[in-house]
Formats: sequence, structure tokens, C-alpha cells
Amino acid sequence: MTEVMKIISDPTLTYRQQLIALARLAENQDTSLPLTDEEKQMKADGILCDLNEGAAPYRPRYIIPDYRILMENGSAFLDLKKPQDLWEACAHLLIMYQHVPSITTFPVFLGNLDELLEPFVQQVSYEEAKKCLRLFLLQIDRTLTDSFVHADLGPKDSITGRIVLELTEEMQCAMPNLTLKYDPELTSDEFAQLCVTCMMKTAKPSFANHRMFVKEWGEDYAIASCYNGLKVAGGGYTLPRLRMYELSLKAKDIQDFKENVLPHYVEIMLGFMDKRIRFIVEESNFFKANFLVKEGFVKQENFTGMFGMVGLAECCNHLLGITDPMKGYGHNKQADDLGVEIMEQLQALVNRHPGLYCEGCGGHYGLHAQVGIDSDGRENSPGARIPVGAEPVMPEHIMHSARFHHYFPTGIGDIFKFEETWIQTPQAALDIIKGALQMGMRYYSGYLENNDVVRVTGYLVKKSEIAKLDAHEQSLNNVTIFGKGARDYSDALDRRIEKYEEGSR
Amino acid sequence: MKKAPVNRIIPFSNVDGPGNRFALFLQKCPFHCLYCHNPETINECIHCGACVATCPTGALQLIDQKVVWDEATCVQCDTCLHTCTHLSSPKIEWMTTDEIVQEIKKVRSFIRGITVSGGECMEHADFLLELFTKVQKMGLACFLDSNGAYDFEQYPELMKVTDAVMLDIKAIDSEFHQYLTGNDNAKVIKNLTYLLQTDKLYEVRTVLLNGFELQNQKTVESVSRLITDHCRYKLIQYRPYGVRKEGIEALGATMFKEEERLQCAEIAKKNGVKDVIIV
Repeated sequence: MTEVMKIISDPTLTYRQQLIALARLAENQDTSLPLTDEEKQMKADGILCDLNEGAAPYRPRYIIPDYRILMENGSAFLDLKKPQDLWEACAHLLIMYQHVPSITTFPVFLGNLDELLEPFVQQVSYEEAKKCLRLFLLQIDRTLTDSFVHADLGPKDSITGRIVLELTEEMQCAMPNLTLKYDPELTSDEFAQLCVTCMMKTAKPSFANHRMFVKEWGEDYAIASCYNGLKVAGGGYTLPRLRMYELSLKAKDIQDFKENVLPHYVEIMLGFMDKRIRFIVEESNFFKANFLVKEGFVKQENFTGMFGMVGLAECCNHLLGITDPMKGYGHNKQADDLGVEIMEQLQALVNRHPGLYCEGCGGHYGLHAQVGIDSDGRENSPGARIPVGAEPVMPEHIMHSARFHHYFPTGIGDIFKFEETWIQTPQAALDIIKGALQMGMRYYSGYLENNDVVRVTGYLVKKSEIAKLDAHEQSLNNVTIFGKGARDYSDALDRRIEKYEEGSR
Repeated sequence: MKKAPVNRIIPFSNVDGPGNRFALFLQKCPFHCLYCHNPETINECIHCGACVATCPTGALQLIDQKVVWDEATCVQCDTCLHTCTHLSSPKIEWMTTDEIVQEIKKVRSFIRGITVSGGECMEHADFLLELFTKVQKMGLACFLDSNGAYDFEQYPELMKVTDAVMLDIKAIDSEFHQYLTGNDNAKVIKNLTYLLQTDKLYEVRTVLLNGFELQNQKTVESVSRLITDHCRYKLIQYRPYGVRKEGIEALGATMFKEEERLQCAEIAKKNGVKDVIIV
């Protein structure tokens, strides 16, 4: 069967999913941006992974529009005037979301919803605001059918924020992904606890370390897609990944890895990124013709390249000859210290390379701990995470994460699964989150073990939707298929549960 | 430096007082409650060696007539606890206050306080005084989880460094208390009044029992009248898990009944308790 026919006849693909798959197939026929022999070999060896980003990128991978401009001025291209009330504001946003490109074809960032909508929410009754926002969220869940669609809240308490939390609990939708920008000095304990309760029940919002992001990116940063830190009015051009386990197989020993293997392959990948970014900026029409650029919703200088990596755990374990994950990275000082040494070196290599077209982001690309894809199996854990199933008790797990999170300004996060009693004690979970962020964790996600909506590696899926695919039926959410793969090949849903019983002694 | 027999440390606990806490469980208890969920915490080990013979992994050894436990070899199957006829455990470590402080330091950023439970923590009052004096200096709140068997008023130094107590009132009726625990409750009731007067009470707990409807209601009625809105009243439904044979024979093998617990909660609310929790 031809590739086209496979897509056309697959009963589990919705019409829209077919369209996306066919477009990707067409793009990959193009040869305008050929791979060098080195790049081809690196891909064949499984060291370089382009995440199926497409052979001829015709827009940046992640786009973070400054929606405040829409609220202030409307849009000439979309023929929308400045919105006058909450209904207009929501309608304008929903219209604009349809016109924000991305790697997934859906917008990966919906804005800081409370900041955008609070002035309008304050003009109407609570009931009216809730009715309007219910329809707004419903429209998002049913039309932006991809879990990488992401909205932000906070850091301050607001009526809008509270209504979004209430609706998130009531509606139990996978979309959009949500982040609370959390700063214990700016976010009230009361609001943060509401967020914790919602997170336990629906696996969102996650908690972003606001102080840490502001320090690196300034006040105007966004959390988009899974947990990607990017500049508002900017975005990420491209995100290829270095698969660290396969990389470690190329090395004779640790010294060889550090002196030869890592620098060599990092250089190839940086060249690969340069090439793609040049293509997006110079060859594709996006930065010349798209209304987002022309009307100032995004500015080219606010974009950066994202240097992704996965499998630090397996890389360290392999280099040290450790085969039992319970005795390796996450449990073993030598393996953890090696992880830090590798990250120091990787950070230096990436930062000293002059990035193309990323003037507003320090002139270099940003490291990203990629969440993994199903084909990674058990060989490459997401980013710098401890392998699923080998997680230590939560305090040790958090302290381990905190050692690595600062290396990844464009995103890293960890996920913690709680047992049922924690829903009754949001203040206890908030104590943990406060401690985690204070220790240097960048991004904290959690959920209860028996939820339908669960966090797979960074994105959200419904277990009931995965069951549809298991029964060879269609799922509206484009990402359900990734969740199924991650469950089947990476045991991603079997992470350790924080239980009362699991103390030592 | 003072030492105490540690049965267990739970570095993150969400059910032993407000927020996330470090919970420490010490061995030994003067009460012998029929419904005790962890009867292996009641007595100190007498080194009879019975558990050494049944341990499937060789984690227990008799050395110089003492049972010695090797944590690394242990697979936590609890065969030793089922073997023990003395309501004890061989998996006890005597730890100094400094050793406990070291454990607390590891999780300092994530907790707002510590809670010491048991067994009955007041069996080790001198140890607690030394530990709490150190822990309060770390800016953490110190809670006691107690059955009230010892008269708190007799420990003024310890009470100074104790932020609050979580107190069990197992029964208000003296005879019924004697039946349930093997001990009189006069000191327990005195402690309730004393802790209310000194504003050191965080919560009171009562376990609701199958087949003892009148006793349940009598206890809830009296206790809620005394505490009114001064603290939380937690009503715990009897669960058969972990309960020893004589307890199951006396109290049954089923969970506490749904309807009856709501009645008890109503009684407490009627008497002015604002914070009633049923677990």
C-alpha cells in the first residue's frame, strides 16, 4: 500500500488528522533543504532526531503571539476591532487561534488568559462570565484538538483564573494544557491551593517557577506546548533532539565521550539547526508576509532555536556500565555527578555557538529537555528525568530534579503521581511545591492516580480516549495516539505514586 | 544525648497535622487498643528470636542474644510482624535526636513541621524535649500525636516547646475505655481539659466502632461539648486492616457503617464543632 493510501484508509484517523498527515507527506517530498552525509548518518544512528518536523519548514515550530495587541487594537488582517466586552474578547481570541500556525497546525499558546480577560470579566456578573468562559473552553477543547494547545494563568489571583479552574474541574477536558506562573510572593496561598486541587483532579495546571523564568526571560515569557519556556511575541524556530543513550554508544569511555563524541555531534546538530532556521527566516514566507509579523504580534528577534535532548539517565548509566536503573542515575552519586558534568559541557557547547536570528535571546539557542516520543521506548527517558518505575521517594526525586532544571531555559519538567488522600490536603501538596521551586525546580506537574485525564510525559490525554484507539475507533484529540504509544512502549503511565506508606523504616 | 526506638519515619505526610510534615513513629505504648492498626508498635522487642527463624531473606539474626535487623537484606514482607506474639517488631532502630535532626534537614524545604507519633510518643518524653528544642530552632512547628495516657501538665518544659497536640479520645465512658484499651481514661480526660485551657489542641480523634452505637454517640456528644469550636474533631471509621485476632473477634471484620457516621458528625456539629472530618 502507498503511504498516501495508508493515511486515506486508516479507520482511526479523523478527517483533520488525515489532512495533517497528507500535508506532512507532501512536505517531505521536497529537497530544497537537503541533509549532509553527516546529518544523514547521525539520523540513521538514532542520535539526531528531528521529531518529524518536516523537510521544508514553512513556519516556526512554536509561535507565541502577543494577544494583548489583539485586545488593545484588534487586527487589520482579521478585520477585528478592539473588543468591547467579554463575549467579543473571547470570540476574537477564538478567531485568532485559527490563524496561528505551529508544528501541530494548532496554536501552542493561547495567552495569559487571566491577564487578557480579567478587565472584561470584571464588567459582568460572575454567572455571565462563567457562562461565556465555559463556551470559550468548550470551543477550545472541541476545535483545537491537540493537547499541545497551552494557556497560562497567574501569578496573581483573579476572578478569571478562579472561573477557569472551576470550569476545568467541571468539564474534565484534556485541552487546553494549563500552567500557573507561581511566585509565593505574588500568588496567594488560597489561589495556589485552588490550583493544587484542580491539578490533582485534572492533571492541570502545572506550576512554573515564575521567579526563575522572569530572571532568564524577563516578565514577558510564556509557557507553551508541553512546558516550553519562550518569549512572548516570539517563539521557537525548531526543536531537534540529541538522543543521549545512542550518543553514549559511540564513546569508548567517559573521557572519549566528553572530549570527542559529545562536541562532534553537538556541532553537527547546531549546524542542522542553523540551516533550518535560515530556511524559515529567509526562504519561507512567514517572517515576510504573515499577519502575525506584519501587525507586531510576533517579532523575529524574539525567536530562538531549541536544542533538545533526551536520555541523560541512560547515557550516564551506560557510560558507567550500570544496567539496573534502580542503582543508576537518580540513585547513585557517581551517575548524578556525571550527569551534571555532561550538562555543564553541553550547556557550554550550545551557548558558545552563535545562534542565527536569535538576537533577543542572548544570541544563542536554548537547551530543552524534550519529553520524549513513543519510539524512544525505554532506551531514552525524557530529558534529564529518572526512568519511570525507578523514581526514588519524592523528596529525593525533587532534589535530583532541582540539580538539572536550571540548565533548560526553554523547558524541563517533572511529574508526580499522588495517592487519593492528597486531594483532601492541598496545603500539604503546596508545601511540597513551594519547597521544590525554592530548591530550583523549574516546572512541577502532578495528578491523582485514578484520574481520567492524565499527564503522559508533558502533554495530557484521557485514558478513556486511549481506550477508543485500543478499540480501533477515532479519537478527536490528535495527541491521544502519542499517549497510547507512550503507555505501550515506555510504561509512561506507571510512574511511582506518592503514598503515605512508603516512608523508610 | 537522648535516644529513642524508631519504628518508622515518613518524610512526607499529609495526614499527621496541617500541611506537609515529617512524621516520626516511636515504639512502645501503654494502651492495648483492640482496634490498633499497628499492634507491632505496642511493646519493645524482648529478643526471643522467634522472628529470626521465619525470616525468608535472612535479614534477621540473633547476635549476642539480640535480634539484629539488616535493612538492606529486608524485603519488607512483614513475616516477622506476623510471627511475633509479643506485639513488637524487630525492625526498630535506636536513634539520637541529632540523627533525627539530620533526617529532618533532608526535607526541611518541603515541610512546615514535624509530628511525633507512636506507639505512644510520651513514653519518650525526655527524648521529645531534646528533639523539639532542636527542631523549633529550625523554624519548624512540633506536634505530638498522643493517646493522652501521660499527664501533660507534669511536663511543663516539653509543653513549652510543643506547638500543639493531636489527642485521641477513645471513649468517654471509663469502663468502655478500660475494655477497649486495657486502661482507665481519667488522665486522658484531664489532658483534654488541660490542652484546651493552654490552647495546645490541634485536633481530637475518636474511632467509631461497629456494634457500639451508644458508646460512639456518648463519646462524640461529650467531647464535642468540651471542644466546641476550639479545634477540629476527626471521626475515624473503624477499619479491620492490620487489626489483630482478638480485635477482629470483638469488633468485626467490616468497615464502619455509612449512616451511623453521619449521625455522629451531626452530634458534633450541633454542639458547635465547626471543623468535623470523617475519615
